[in-house]
Amino acid sequence: MHSMHDKPDADPLLAVKGVTLQYRTRDHLVTATYRVSFNVHRSDRFVIVGPSGCGKSTLLKAVGGYIRPVEGEIRLNGTPISKPGPDRVLVFQEFDQLLPWKTVKQNITFALTASGRLSNREAEDRAMHYIGKVNLTGFADSYPHTLSGGMKQRVAIARGMAMEPDILLMDEPFAALDALTRGKMQEELLQLWDDTKFTVLFVTHSIPEAVRVGSRIVLLSAHPGQVKAEMNSFGADTLDEGGKLLKDKIEDLLFDTPASQRSATHV
Amino acid sequence: MSDASSGAALARPEIYNTVSTSGIGVVQRPLGLWERIIGYGAVRKAFLLVLIALAWEFYARWLGNSLIFPTFGDTVSALVTGIASGELVRSAWFSIKLLLQGYVIGLVLAAAFTAFASATRIGADLLETLTSMFNPLPSIALLPLAMIWFGLGNPSIVFVLIHAVLWSVALNTHAGFRAVSPTWRMVGQNYGLSKIGYVVRILIPGAFPSILTGLKIGWAFAWRTLIAAELVFGASGGDGGLGWYIFQHKNQLDIPSVFAGLLTVIIFGLVVENVVFRLLERSTVQRWGMQT
Repeated sequence: MHSMHDKPDADPLLAVKGVTLQYRTRDHLVTATYRVSFNVHRSDRFVIVGPSGCGKSTLLKAVGGYIRPVEGEIRLNGTPISKPGPDRVLVFQEFDQLLPWKTVKQNITFALTASGRLSNREAEDRAMHYIGKVNLTGFADSYPHTLSGGMKQRVAIARGMAMEPDILLMDEPFAALDALTRGKMQEELLQLWDDTKFTVLFVTHSIPEAVRVGSRIVLLSAHPGQVKAEMNSFGADTLDEGGKLLKDKIEDLLFDTPASQRSATHV
Repeated sequence: MSDASSGAALARPEIYNTVSTSGIGVVQRPLGLWERIIGYGAVRKAFLLVLIALAWEFYARWLGNSLIFPTFGDTVSALVTGIASGELVRSAWFSIKLLLQGYVIGLVLAAAFTAFASATRIGADLLETLTSMFNPLPSIALLPLAMIWFGLGNPSIVFVLIHAVLWSVALNTHAGFRAVSPTWRMVGQNYGLSKIGYVVRILIPGAFPSILTGLKIGWAFAWRTLIAAELVFGASGGDGGLGWYIFQHKNQLDIPSVFAGLLTVIIFGLVVENVVFRLLERSTVQRWGMQT
């Protein structure tokens, strides 16, 4: 029993096993990912990184329960995922993910009461707690359209965290922000994680973001997405024993050309 | 030569200014009373109404024929007499009662149609086909048929009213539902809402701008249809609506009262549009930033 827990993949929180995803457009059947497997453990900051069109968002939606795999299976706590549910909360890239007819606080309390997790009173307390965590206490009664993009994303993150899901799914949540705000938000996310050690599955196309945010990084190849590598990250982009930055290593793996050559042509 | 000139163009001096707030004049000051008054849409519109009334009065006096075009003053006094005698109030109430019946039944049917259309694909096809068939059909054109089916009474008017309301409301609501952002839909599904909860708490508020447009168009169609139907139809059982009031006074050549009847119709239109729907808009879609 004890030895089983010591094994790294003994009982993952989220197990993605041989998942092939396809979707239909008007005149094509597109394979988004092909036989992707990985395991996410409790308190992982698990990042999926890959070029556009590698199916990483589709994969996240499959974990969310919005898309069924055509092959393979996804299990959360050992139970196969069949439909969306409040045990996996999605944070989207779009600023319009907050419901405009509800204030910041109502957006969060609605999430908590609609999913039947809490009574009104408890929901309000918890909402205010998480609004405080993302430093928006002064805006609790504002409507979303009066907030900036970064503030909206912070509310969305607060909402996701307030639901205290088994796993928080983030679909390029900072991609639509300006570089300064993005950096700040990454910092805040890491601070929040330090507080509560929640499990997060984070999708991004930005390698620096993956290195900064992730504790474990999965690299997907371009269309259709296949797992190219799975590596550890320690936040800071340190040199490995071969004298290579993690960022460059990822770039080499993703683009099959040494970083030195690429940067030469860029300059 | 060219090298030297481009070099000179590049070597522009750097500029550093000291910014101070003195000497700008006003940085921020409260608006004056007049500026604030002008800021109210209601004030500007009231001013326009006064202008229109004045133009009416002067033209009518210049024309000097109250059988063709009575003055504003005559119309208002006819309006006051009509209200005082209770005749106009009774007619207006009669019309509004009918209107509300038709409107409410129309809304309920529209809700049922839209629910069916949202739930199934065949329902959506049905709604789209029916609206494209019936929406362009003027309700009043159905009145002769309604009179054969339901007789010379209020049911016929309610029938054409329902027809006037149903299609425009259903069309707009359905279009609004379909335009609800996919992100909101996914958010709603993420909370594990029930089917009804999803419709009531995500789809309806998300589609509210369109629904509101549908309600307004439906109201306007119903109001027009009602007055037209009453004009054709007259009274039933000695009691008639505003259309009947207008028609009757025309027969008596009491033209100021005809104008008073029309004015009542206009006033109702203005009040419903500028008070009821305006307030509804302000407390919903404008507050939510879905409409500016």
